[in-house]
Amino acid sequence: MKNALRKILVGSALGAVALSVPLAAQAQEPVKVGVINFYSGGASGPFGIPAKNAAEVIIEGINAGTIPAPYNSVGIAGARIEPIYVDENSKQKVADFKKLVQGDGAQIVIGYTSSGSCKAIAPVAEEVKALTIFAVCGTPQIFEEVVTEPKYAFRTISHATSDNVGAARYIIDTTPDLASISGINQNYAWGQDSWRDFSAAISKLKEDVEVKTEQFPKIFAGQYGSEISALLTNKSDVVHSSLWGGDMEAFILQGGGRGLFDNSKVVLTVGDTAVERFGKQIADGTVIGARGPYGLLAPDNALNKWFTEAYVARFGAQPVGPSYQTAQALLALKAAADKAGSVAPEDISAALAGLTFEAPSGTIQMALAGGHQAIAGITYGTYKFDEAVGKGTLVDLKEYPAECVNPPAGVKGTEWIEGGLQGAKCN
Amino acid sequence: MNNLDRTELGFIAALPLLIACGLLLPQWIVNYIHVSLGTGLVALGVMVQMRAGLVSFGQGLYFCIGGYAAGLAGRLWGLSDFFLLIALGIAAGLVVSFLLGFLLRRYRRIFYAMLSLAVSMILFGLLSSSEELGSTDGFNLPATSYLGWLPGQSVSGDVLYVATCIPTVICAILLHRFLRSPMGYVGEALRENEIRIEYLGMSARKAVHIIYVIAAVVSSIGGVLWAMALGHIDPEMTNWVTSAQFVFIAILSGIGNVAAPLFGTLLLEFIRVYAVEIAPDSWHIIVGSVMLLIIVFLPRGLWSLVSSNNGLKNKFTHRVKAASEPEGARS
Repeated sequence: MKNALRKILVGSALGAVALSVPLAAQAQEPVKVGVINFYSGGASGPFGIPAKNAAEVIIEGINAGTIPAPYNSVGIAGARIEPIYVDENSKQKVADFKKLVQGDGAQIVIGYTSSGSCKAIAPVAEEVKALTIFAVCGTPQIFEEVVTEPKYAFRTISHATSDNVGAARYIIDTTPDLASISGINQNYAWGQDSWRDFSAAISKLKEDVEVKTEQFPKIFAGQYGSEISALLTNKSDVVHSSLWGGDMEAFILQGGGRGLFDNSKVVLTVGDTAVERFGKQIADGTVIGARGPYGLLAPDNALNKWFTEAYVARFGAQPVGPSYQTAQALLALKAAADKAGSVAPEDISAALAGLTFEAPSGTIQMALAGGHQAIAGITYGTYKFDEAVGKGTLVDLKEYPAECVNPPAGVKGTEWIEGGLQGAKCN
Repeated sequence: MNNLDRTELGFIAALPLLIACGLLLPQWIVNYIHVSLGTGLVALGVMVQMRAGLVSFGQGLYFCIGGYAAGLAGRLWGLSDFFLLIALGIAAGLVVSFLLGFLLRRYRRIFYAMLSLAVSMILFGLLSSSEELGSTDGFNLPATSYLGWLPGQSVSGDVLYVATCIPTVICAILLHRFLRSPMGYVGEALRENEIRIEYLGMSARKAVHIIYVIAAVVSSIGGVLWAMALGHIDPEMTNWVTSAQFVFIAILSGIGNVAAPLFGTLLLEFIRVYAVEIAPDSWHIIVGSVMLLIIVFLPRGLWSLVSSNNGLKNKFTHRVKAASEPEGARS
């Protein structure tokens, strides 16, 4: 066993030496980019695999130069991308990250879905000076608390504040006689933060809105009988829910059967994934969000058209939120590298800070945290089953610009909401 | 106490070797060795209980308690001192296990396994639903300091690695001593025939209690060391998946020697790393196949490769394995 261990160690050591040749010396050599997400385990279905699919489509497009303008040149600053896929489903996330950077020679890392991963990785990215673009994770703490002066860490999606401020604005705009709200959210960081932001934003946007009941079922509970009873007995005008994936689908079926969706207007902040499959089972009037202008809520632009077509042609399914978010991170990388004319991490980092770039989900501005945190607009819509086509559609789409649902630079998300959403620009 | 046996001499010789590895090998390899020392100590805690015929499916509880003791001290009071955090981890593990021991010492076999699992999942539920304690996202630890000295960023990794090696080796040697002490042999007897222990005038429950506390403390130390190496803690540390991995490592490495779980942890970590490299979305198949092959061809665990020509030891480990296997297999 000792021999075997030694062989492994020596082999890896040799491999590491061979790979650590500086990239800058060989400009047209492919650039190794680590692409990390959940490729196994419970989060792989809703997050990791759609993200990986998008990465394959975009990287192929970048290497072939087939993406529409402004991305119609080959490679990033002329260099091809060579992806290294690594599973986020691991206890040793930091060691895996360091192996990717120091062992496999990836100078750029893109991905991460779990907020816990992002919190753990952000300081390490700064420490080992590896350009790291967080693609999917939502916690505002990354640049508000964990790394306050980032140099190498970026995030190319808005943090979760915008989802729920957007939802609150949509409810206020579409429900003139709003008097009471309730919530059903999972009892973990995502659910707790979502409800806190939504209920606080509602209370600041309209006076005297009563909170009837707050339900916090366990994540992956799957059964919501008692929570639905509580929501029915404490009838409120609006029910907010950030349930996602299978939990959200179970809630639609169980709540629909008991008339909850007819009793109250339900907001599903991550409801987009159910639209295609559930058809008539979703009640008309349900408010649907997608954590950004993705999928059915995406804008009608050339990039989105190309992306959706390429994705559907290859995988036979529609791209979902994490697909758009991953595409966004890779296009941010291309935009910054092309602007810098270099693939050295320092040059890309300097070009990416404060950059405004185009993505299938619209225009993204790297506006917060010294240009390291993106802000983007958000769109919500109301569900309507189209009898003629036999498919679900979203009507009354409302698009909220980035400055309307994100805090200004230097202000924390929760403080911004508590302070009455000062400085919001909504046209 | 001066008569060191082969294992103890081996550990003492391994310490400079381990430190040399840390300074000579590429940094990313050292990282895996570093985190494996922490998780290895928890596997060691599981192995100590297995020696007494007790399988804990909730050892992640103390892994987590150690990690959170260190993390919360940093979060609430800004503490980052290596020695202080280890002391806090030991204290937290000691207090909790001493109290829970009164409950757990009354149970054996599957009941012990399930009850330990239940307790660990209670902590998981509490931490996940508590926003003050970081919920499921957990929180980060400050950089580790040593008696007021905060090493610069260029050397902090190396210093922490060396600082981690030393308590790990000390724990291993002390546990080895414990297993060879009269109390350690009571553990063996506990597995063989509990009634006879009572006839000999000893309390079986007390023996279980002592073993439970010792395993808890060593796991807490592992939790502190692992948390400092990673710099981040979350409730996954006490999830049953994590606990089950420790049981797996203990079974696969074999329980013949305290070195086995430490080596086993490291080896399985590298198997996983290379499996992920080969197949990022189906690496579980590779790791699972390796585990199956080990169970089929090395029923006494990986350690039987090392101790193969030692007849007496062989017989002993075989018995130990045979006795502990049914619980592992059934659950």
